[in-house]
Amino acid sequence: MSLELVLFFVLAAMAIGGAVSLILQRHPIHSALSLIVVMVALAGLYLLLGAEFIAAVQIIVYAGAIMVLFVFVIMLLNAGVEARTNVSRMARYVGLPLGFFLTVELAYWIAGGAGRQAPVSAGPTPTRELARMLFREFVFPFELTSILILIAILGAVVLAKKET
Amino acid sequence: MFAPIEDLYRLAPELVLCTFGILVMLAEPFVPRKRSGLVAFLALLGAGAALAATRLSWAHPGTAFYGLVRVDDFSIFLHFVVGAVAVLVILGSRDYLEREGLHRGEFYALVLFATAGMGVMVSAQELVTAFIGLEISSISSYILASFRRNVPKSNESAMKYFLLGSFATSFFLYGVALVYGATGTTLLSRMDSASGNPTLLRLGLGMIFIGLAFKVASAPFQLWTPDVYEGAPTPVTALLSSGPKAAAFALLLRIFDTVFAASQLWVWAIWVSAALTMFAGNLAALVQSNVKRMLAYSSIAHAGYILVAFAARNEIGTAAVLFYLVAYALMKLGAFTMVTHLGGEGERRLEINDYAGLGSQQPAAAAFLTLYLFSLLGLPVTAGFLGKFYIFNAALKSHLVWLAVLLAINTVISAYYYLRVIVVMYMREPQKEWAATPIPRAVGLVLVLTAAGTLYLGLFPNYLMEFATQSAVLPR
Repeated sequence: MSLELVLFFVLAAMAIGGAVSLILQRHPIHSALSLIVVMVALAGLYLLLGAEFIAAVQIIVYAGAIMVLFVFVIMLLNAGVEARTNVSRMARYVGLPLGFFLTVELAYWIAGGAGRQAPVSAGPTPTRELARMLFREFVFPFELTSILILIAILGAVVLAKKET
Repeated sequence: MFAPIEDLYRLAPELVLCTFGILVMLAEPFVPRKRSGLVAFLALLGAGAALAATRLSWAHPGTAFYGLVRVDDFSIFLHFVVGAVAVLVILGSRDYLEREGLHRGEFYALVLFATAGMGVMVSAQELVTAFIGLEISSISSYILASFRRNVPKSNESAMKYFLLGSFATSFFLYGVALVYGATGTTLLSRMDSASGNPTLLRLGLGMIFIGLAFKVASAPFQLWTPDVYEGAPTPVTALLSSGPKAAAFALLLRIFDTVFAASQLWVWAIWVSAALTMFAGNLAALVQSNVKRMLAYSSIAHAGYILVAFAARNEIGTAAVLFYLVAYALMKLGAFTMVTHLGGEGERRLEINDYAGLGSQQPAAAAFLTLYLFSLLGLPVTAGFLGKFYIFNAALKSHLVWLAVLLAINTVISAYYYLRVIVVMYMREPQKEWAATPIPRAVGLVLVLTAAGTLYLGLFPNYLMEFATQSAVLPR
């Protein structure tokens, strides 16, 4: 087994373990910390694929900025341990088998179509290529995103402004 | 490196809408409270200018920005629809906002931005662009739905809308990612020629369908609709039930018609969803006592009728969808505007029984509402009748006899709850005195325009139908 493959399995196990722990933890802060593990493991996977820019963005944006936001919200709301209700018990008995079924089904389907990957996934995408795509072919959606952010700010103002 | 000027012409409606949206935001703090009508007027001007800009971009068909957006008859048709919806919503909401003490410029800015997002959705040729358009329109809708901040019910419904809506958009986005993984492209036109992993492609297209089925409120993804439509401010409900729905249908149609794999995969999903949606909407509408909820379920049922035309999978079907979207937008906007006005301060008069005696107290209002309800039901001489007729025609041409039969059964079911409102208005004695407020001029204008449109399309559908048929031919 090559080093790359070993690393892949270690990181994949970290990501899945983190995701499972995220759901099972009953305290929101513990869940948030598990999410960081997932994010870091994903960044490692991107690095293995040769996408160093995406890996860096993953760390800075997700593991950094978004997690800080999460932790802040949890602390501001002073969220405690989640309560168990009838619905959450139902989720365990109905949701778990359904989730398991979906996993098996997806794995079966994807494995069935393996080996017929699209040509684009072959070879690493250098950052330069990514930048060229983003600012040439995809400049329109990129610029359009600014309107989206403007609306988000507008929404925050509308919802939080004091009544006059 | 700048985009060629032609590209900007092709994008003119969105540019105009965004510019006016920003202008409205900037003007808001400088306009004194007493003259708040100026902001509304500016927004109205923007929506009108967007319609003119659509006419301009019509003269420049073709693709823009490396093939990400495309101006063709189809996108122009829907640009006119969403632009007209914006004009009518802005006209109809000013008096409501004044009455409820909610008048803020941001409302109009959000309506304009949402319309720009819908414009992007209907002309997008590529999934990431379509996604950004969808998000612009959805996020604006979430904010608009929560505009009545001090009404708990409104907050609850807006929160539901936001959470479920985000969930649906993430389905859409995940689907886009899988499709990209399968084919290596997000351009719709290149998807068929890319030799990719067919399983991933199917999974991705399935998820995209789920995301869009939520946005058009088709079963089994329709559960959010009644709560949101009931809790949102009524002019916003009018917008939600017409504009974003038309845009989401357009995107669905565009993917369905362009990507061969999607049309193969979706046709059964659409068949089942159409049948389920019609029954889910109509049966639930039977037992509603609240007018807004009843109209919400009726709009679910109408999404089902439109999906029947989808399932026909031919150009007549596409033309029928386009025609129905116009007819539906007119009657729904009219009905919700009327409900807005009758609701009175604080939106209290919303039960169907509250409308008792309306026929003798406010004959004009009752007559307008009757016309819209007749059209929603699909009685002759109204746009709704011909819309349904075209859908029937398309379904039968494609030998979808069963679906046509289900459509007929559902029309009969729907007669009960539409006619019940009319019976209550004209034949019941009022149990409670309601102050009859005169209809404000702007609201009256919306009512006259939508009523005239409904009747005009019911009598002379040819011009619009020709335009729809011409727009239905999508370039492969």
